[in-house]
Amino acid sequence: MTPNETPQACPAQEQPAGCPVPPASADPAACAPKTSRRDFLKAGGTLSLSSLMGAGALMAQSDDAHAAAEWAEHFQKNYRLMTDKEKDEARLRLEKRYSAEYGKKVTVDTTGPQPGVLMGYALNIRKCIGCRRCVHACVEENNQSRGKRPGEKIEWIQVLRMERGEFSKERMNQGYPEGLGIQVGGNAYTPAGQVLEGQYHYNPETVPEKDANYMPIACMQCEKPPCVKVCPVRTTYREGDGVVVIDYNWCIGCRMCMGACPYWARRFNVANPVLPKEEMNPVTHYLGNRPRMRGVVEKCHWCLQRSRHGRYPACVEVCPVGARKFGNLLDPNSEVSLVLARKNVFRLKAELNTFPKFFYFYD
Amino acid sequence: MKQLTRFAADYVGYVLKGGTKFYAWMGSLAVLMIGMMYVFYLQNTEGLIVTGMTSQIHDGLYFANLVFLVGVAAGAVTIVFPAYVYHHEGMHKVAVLGEMLAITAVIMVMMFVFAHMGRPDRLWHMIPPWGIYSFSSMLGWDVLVLNGYLFLNLVCGFYYLWVKYTGGQVNKKWFMPLVYIAIVWALSIHTVTAFLISTMPARPMWFHSMMPIRFISTAFAAGPALIILIFMIVRNNTKFWVDDSAIKLLATIVTWCLGIALFLTMSEVVVELYARTEHANGLYYLMFGLHGLTNLVPWFWSAVVLMVGAFILFLMPRFRNDMKLLPIPCVMAFAGIWIEKGMGLIVPGFIPTPIGEVTEYYPSFVEWLLTLGIWAFGFFILTILLKGAIGILQGEIKYGAAK
Repeated sequence: MTPNETPQACPAQEQPAGCPVPPASADPAACAPKTSRRDFLKAGGTLSLSSLMGAGALMAQSDDAHAAAEWAEHFQKNYRLMTDKEKDEARLRLEKRYSAEYGKKVTVDTTGPQPGVLMGYALNIRKCIGCRRCVHACVEENNQSRGKRPGEKIEWIQVLRMERGEFSKERMNQGYPEGLGIQVGGNAYTPAGQVLEGQYHYNPETVPEKDANYMPIACMQCEKPPCVKVCPVRTTYREGDGVVVIDYNWCIGCRMCMGACPYWARRFNVANPVLPKEEMNPVTHYLGNRPRMRGVVEKCHWCLQRSRHGRYPACVEVCPVGARKFGNLLDPNSEVSLVLARKNVFRLKAELNTFPKFFYFYD
Repeated sequence: MKQLTRFAADYVGYVLKGGTKFYAWMGSLAVLMIGMMYVFYLQNTEGLIVTGMTSQIHDGLYFANLVFLVGVAAGAVTIVFPAYVYHHEGMHKVAVLGEMLAITAVIMVMMFVFAHMGRPDRLWHMIPPWGIYSFSSMLGWDVLVLNGYLFLNLVCGFYYLWVKYTGGQVNKKWFMPLVYIAIVWALSIHTVTAFLISTMPARPMWFHSMMPIRFISTAFAAGPALIILIFMIVRNNTKFWVDDSAIKLLATIVTWCLGIALFLTMSEVVVELYARTEHANGLYYLMFGLHGLTNLVPWFWSAVVLMVGAFILFLMPRFRNDMKLLPIPCVMAFAGIWIEKGMGLIVPGFIPTPIGEVTEYYPSFVEWLLTLGIWAFGFFILTILLKGAIGILQGEIKYGAAK
């Protein structure tokens, strides 16, 4: 798969019942619901804990789809251990609940990793102008919480604004003895080139600003993710196509993964996410952008709902300067492979041996 | 079986009886516990937004107390070890009280786990066969060793009480091995808790191999300091007499573990601040503040004053030999370590964040109330356990004695 290819339907062997094929258009409203109730009924009849619980809740005269679905969700298994049938049940349950909740037809995709695909990302830090369109596009695409209270506003991408420092001639001879008389140069403790600490809540009138560099970061989708290692319930894991995902329904909210992540890529839902009905993106993926709940951790997943169907993640699509490149690392002709082959590429905090698949490069 | 029901009935009957002082104490604890339940309900309907925790600083007061109390639980071994390995007379008499304290502390730890989690309703996800146990996760190991420790102490403690109650003999064939296992296990709980935070290179302030020994040494100072205080209260309020020899030995243990802890803190300060790399930012924030944010500075220095002061007082014979003055350095050591190992260790680990953001953490009222409530709950259980244990040790609860 390369993002340039036309979107294709899920391969037959992987296809869950009524797998919705997202349209090529970026307009999520254009995606027609294709859920087949018949397939679900066909799949039913086999006993499973989750279906029993769901049935129990339904029989308890609860016609509130929300309550019934939530009740059944409490007892479902870790996503990875679900059979295809259970995944389907979970998907339909969620689609029903979300559709009722947000007042529109919501699809929950369960497409798995495609064979022969290892997703990779490359970002040209020289091109980035710090407009933060990627940040906003990401929030809109991925149904992040957008409340007013601190902690209710979640952004997965941070564009770090880093000031450019320089050696100054005036300070050159203004060194001073420090500690036990060791001479420190006058330009010590002042940044030269790019400073290491940046801020990401900047709001200038025009970008790029003078004397500023921009360093966008998000989840690095590490090949050896420390967050996965520390998870006590294995709810966060690395998928076959190299994306680190979270089963939001299995997460216990212990936040160990947040402590372990060296890139501060993970966010915690401190409150019930604030997601207005009209702003909700109804094209979702189970492991991706489906609405989250209070008390769980979330992060960037390279827009699985798009990328698994041959589309670019929202941030790549929106970037006005083309600083963001995305594609299949196993395809030597993909953009990202070409970048790796031809450009000066580095990984962030490479010394920690996390082996990100998010690369930075410059021309 | 009949004996067992009798035991339970006698135990409960004895524990429930008490004077006005007892009921006033338990009643005021209960009030705090009701407050705790209310804010716990808030947390699980509103979310952790009612706390001061954020995505930047996502472990706060709860995690700090959790870490500290694992130390208190492990600290009980400072009674059990001299009692069973060195056959210390005075200690042997009170060993079971240490086990009761360990049980209480572990239960409190688990309550703090519940308080800390975003989804306490899903904690069963950690427990097979319904959930998944992850061997790669230190938190998984921590839950395992903590539950094991709780089990060992429940078995050892209540078996001993049971034998005293029925007037039989301890079956040393399996009791002693269990005691020895419990001693080693006590070390394991705190070591794993230290690994929990020291195995994250993303957090340079925690990422050093000194963490486990520092945890153990502070635990073996704070734990026995609390035990001394409890023994003092027991001595003065019940008919049960705790020997001076036991208290003095505990005081010696506190002194030297505190000394080692101070030495380790000093080593860390020198190593980190000599080169003063960016990795020292967390410690620097704790000691002096960073970017004008100085929230934790008074905490750190008060901890230093308390711990150094306690250490000096412990070394003065006037204090360590006078049972009236001894509680002063004990309180100081306990409070100092609670700060140093709690807020002073957990919070600056997140400051600055891995991308260099400096933010501060203010525990909210909800957090303070919930923390206070869990401590109240701990004292509630501890009072019950100690009262029952002392009743049995004193022979006031005895099989066939009732009626």
